Amino acid sequence: MKIGVCAKITPDADARIKVAADGSDVVLDGVKFTISDYDEYAIEEAIRTKEKHGGEVVSFTVGAATNDKQLRSGALALGVDRSVLITETPGDPLGIAKLLAAAIQKDELDVVYTGKSTIDDQNFQVGAMIAELLGWAHVSQVTELSFEGSDYKATRNMDAGVRQVVAGTLPAVFSCEDGLNTVRYAKLPAIMKAKRKPLAKVTAADVGTEAGAARSSVGNFAPPAARPAGRIIEGDAAVAAKELVRILRDEAKVL
Amino acid sequence: MSGILVVAEHTDGSFKSTAAELIGKATELAATLGVTVSAAVLGDAPAASLGGFGATKVYQASGDFLPHSTGAVTDALVAIIREADPDIVLAPASFECRDVLPRLTARFDSAMASDAAALSIADGHLVARRPTYAGRIEADVTISARPAFALVRGNSFPKADNNGSTADVVAVSWEATTPSAKVIETLKPESRGIDLATASKVVAGGRSLKSKEQFDSLIRGLGDALGAGVGASRAATDAGYADHSEQIGQTGQTVSPNLYIAVGISGAIQHLAGMRSSKVIVAVNKDPDAPIFQHATYGIVADLFDVVPALTEALQEG
Repeated sequence: MKIGVCAKITPDADARIKVAADGSDVVLDGVKFTISDYDEYAIEEAIRTKEKHGGEVVSFTVGAATNDKQLRSGALALGVDRSVLITETPGDPLGIAKLLAAAIQKDELDVVYTGKSTIDDQNFQVGAMIAELLGWAHVSQVTELSFEGSDYKATRNMDAGVRQVVAGTLPAVFSCEDGLNTVRYAKLPAIMKAKRKPLAKVTAADVGTEAGAARSSVGNFAPPAARPAGRIIEGDAAVAAKELVRILRDEAKVL
Repeated sequence: MSGILVVAEHTDGSFKSTAAELIGKATELAATLGVTVSAAVLGDAPAASLGGFGATKVYQASGDFLPHSTGAVTDALVAIIREADPDIVLAPASFECRDVLPRLTARFDSAMASDAAALSIADGHLVARRPTYAGRIEADVTISARPAFALVRGNSFPKADNNGSTADVVAVSWEATTPSAKVIETLKPESRGIDLATASKVVAGGRSLKSKEQFDSLIRGLGDALGAGVGASRAATDAGYADHSEQIGQTGQTVSPNLYIAVGISGAIQHLAGMRSSKVIVAVNKDPDAPIFQHATYGIVADLFDVVPALTEALQEG
């Protein structure tokens, strides 16, 4: 199987993100960058698919030329065979999806994994957009996945505890959810070996497309407005519970 | 044609609350733009009744869209958008629309904003305010392409009043072309399952519940008394007290109800990411220094095993 995985390099989940004084952007100086959390599940699933069914795993990233560092340690050292880093800065999610889809098409893949969303922009868009651009099916929020030949069976999380089992035939894009697998750590020999694995830095022209002018822009960054100080309801449990119900009903009017 | 098109979701023919919320907001935005509001309805539902909330026209596509057949929903909405030719498309941030809207955005070579909590118009363009970085930062997405797509969180806007008028209904035919996985089974949990993403009230429990049995009796019991959706912190789902799909937070669901009751949840930043935009937040925790109290509208500092039964009882007494 020819297996693709899309991975974005984002600020670490615990990084403190500041906003520029004029609110035009976030300030990422000095912030530690890693592969986005959900994309780590996607990388793990891609490697597991290769281990079980054979083939090759190729990772695709749209990002800065310096992202090669995280791709070597977080993708190639774990078992990805080669990485494609598209060094462009499209202005919107569809621009990113167009670059990824073009690169994926060039590599003639059977299956593509993405995270369900990235932890910085949280757009939940690129996976489904890639599927649309390729004319493939897309299965989101995948928590279980198996293959029999080119037929797949996936379980996905819906709302309110509802799960859905879906089936189809490849090619398809799967967006990976927390719980799909447990991510492995790189071992030292693999980290050394990863330094010699192929990592191609390419442009939009190299993959034969262009992201196009941005169709949307993002601005006015600010931390959420602080909530007014809360009110502690005193008294023993029974008294406080009764008083809370009265407040929620008569004052907050939410019951 | 132009205007604002609202995707009105329904369950077995009864419209979800997001339909009235989005049509209400769309009516306000449409007045700024000097355009009208229409709605899209898929499957069997009383489409004309959406006129009561302010839709002047309703585009209805018939067919079997359940359960959650992404391909069919995409194809039907593509046909409706081609027919209605809207400037803006608003849809609820449901699982189904989350899958479908990016496909539509790519199909129409446009742009979309996910999880919008506020909407406005600037220079004729849709501006959506939305969370990024786990809700620690908010930003405006301004969409210059047409049609502009937005996925809107439930409970973001008040429901439009129903004045009883009816809208013209236009039947739209569509063709199945989008590839899609086939649904072979839908697994429902034992719990009653109120749609968390759009619930107006949510009760969530943490690891302090100590067991699945106590989570079930106390948190689900309180949820029943309130008519609320039930959620859990990551610690509680990892411990097996609640289902993974009920997790609220950065790696789980994002909720924005009118009332959120956090029971035995300390309020880690990852949990706050999933619920901080709730309107009224109640925290029950015996640790007065728990960070959740800094975000709570009302707090009770006491043992949850004393408070929750008293609260359930007080609610049942009405």
